[in-house]
Amino acid sequence: MTSRFERGVTYAVLGVFTVLALTPVVGVLTTALGPPDSLDTGFSLPTDGPHWENFADAWSRGRFGTYLGNSALVAVAVVLLSTALAVPAGYAFGVLRFPGSTALFYLFVIGLTLPQEALVVPLYFDLRHLGLTDGYAALILPQTAQSLAFGVFWMRGYFRSGALPVIEAARVDGAGSWTTLWRILVPMSRPAVSTLVVLTFMWTWNEFLMALVMVSDEAHRTVPLGLAFFRGQHASDAAPLAAAAVLIALPVVVVYVLLQRRLIAGVLGGAVKE
Amino acid sequence: MSRPPRRRAGRGRAPGEPRAVGYLYVLPALLLYAAFLLYPFGQSVWLSFLHWDGLTRATPAGLDNYRDLFTDPELRAPFAHALLLLLFSSALPVLIGLLLAAALSRNRVRGTTFFRTVLFLPQVLALTVVGVAWRSILAPDGLLNDTLRALGLGRLARPWLGDYDWALPAVGIVGTWVGTGLCLVLFLAGAQRIPRELYEAARLDGAGPLREFRAVTLPGLRPQLAVALTLTIAAGLRNFDLIYITTGGGPGDATSVPAYEVYHRAFETNQVGSAAAVGVALTVLIFALTVTVARLAEGRRP
Repeated sequence: MTSRFERGVTYAVLGVFTVLALTPVVGVLTTALGPPDSLDTGFSLPTDGPHWENFADAWSRGRFGTYLGNSALVAVAVVLLSTALAVPAGYAFGVLRFPGSTALFYLFVIGLTLPQEALVVPLYFDLRHLGLTDGYAALILPQTAQSLAFGVFWMRGYFRSGALPVIEAARVDGAGSWTTLWRILVPMSRPAVSTLVVLTFMWTWNEFLMALVMVSDEAHRTVPLGLAFFRGQHASDAAPLAAAAVLIALPVVVVYVLLQRRLIAGVLGGAVKE
Repeated sequence: MSRPPRRRAGRGRAPGEPRAVGYLYVLPALLLYAAFLLYPFGQSVWLSFLHWDGLTRATPAGLDNYRDLFTDPELRAPFAHALLLLLFSSALPVLIGLLLAAALSRNRVRGTTFFRTVLFLPQVLALTVVGVAWRSILAPDGLLNDTLRALGLGRLARPWLGDYDWALPAVGIVGTWVGTGLCLVLFLAGAQRIPRELYEAARLDGAGPLREFRAVTLPGLRPQLAVALTLTIAAGLRNFDLIYITTGGGPGDATSVPAYEVYHRAFETNQVGSAAAVGVALTVLIFALTVTVARLAEGRRP
């Protein structure tokens, strides 16, 4: 359809942008396997074989083993809680009609554009007053609330788009709204729910500001926070720092590579449907 | 949560009849959402009208904190920086994405999944990780300076993040890196949904590549354009992580942004009221820009 030359240019352009997208990622990877005693603050390459000990160093001396555990706990709690609350709410907004439902739904939509910076200051003082700072609750509850904005929006859109005929059929069979939701709609909506789960996990796992403000003791640090402090204290240890960065990125990147189509569609708010 | 009655709810009602049971499904989510999102936002607004150091009694401030946003150079600068950064983190990615999509959509590309996966990768990485990676590129002995020296352009090398004039654009480029893939993926997918006949018709009318772009590609991508702008603007203004890791607002206040200023004022210099005002102003800015983008996208649609 088009000339060979034009196709060549197309691939060359895509190639350039692929290289640009990958350079920082590959740089961190090679540095993580590079010589641990390098004083270079830039990227380095592995000399005489990969130095896996950088990971052990980050895990034990950098305490990333603990931080990964904290991050996993917080992320799983936020995912479970926000999904369990967002699915019924999205169902109600999507297919049940009740007075004021539009206004209530817009309250949730507001949360999509509300930046954390406008919440974090009073949240800190409130939670400190309740004695909850430096604990998992201070990380879980606010992030669940923020995840709900997207979760409710996402599930409502899903239930609206294709569920109505099924609901009518269930109604004719005499199923109540509760039965319809859990026996019929939830099993049917597994793709939409799993996209929501993956996105909520990713956003919670990567969250930094909330963790920075809520947690000052080392025992409750999550991985992004651990990385920031490790950089502050061991700025010259480029190799273990890079290894820690790899440990943080790895779970999200693995999930992303496995589910990239769904995850991209979710981030783009369903704008890309194929 | 109590279980709604099973049978009665479904029988003997018209399909569209309002059902109070809806409240029960919404209530748990709404309670948590109100307690940890709506209520704190309200408190932010309230705090923004106070002078408070976080310890002693707060005193009413009237509109002082908001007036400072316009008069205090230390507060005007972060907002100016944020708008400048939007050129890098939003305008530039959208522009690059559009140009590339226009050029690439003429061909069927093989390996789309691979390219899409790689180009979108910056979006899923934690910004703290992105910051660490880019510090190594922009460091005095980092990849960028090494490359410049290898090309014989050593005199251009500088400590990018420590340079008063270059720190802000340097941080901006990181934003460009994060946003470009998103725009490109979005536009490529959108361009594939533009009916081929439109291109053929344009070509029959003798349209060159430029007119083809203006008459077919650009209008066809309007919905994607709105999504791209909304996402990159919101992300570009919520850039606390990146600034904290790369420059900490420095050197001096060369890279201070509202998102960073909220943290800095509330938790480092004990100006809680002022921090809240910055947070509220940031919210208003995001809202205003988002609404403008939505209006433009809708208003011009045929």
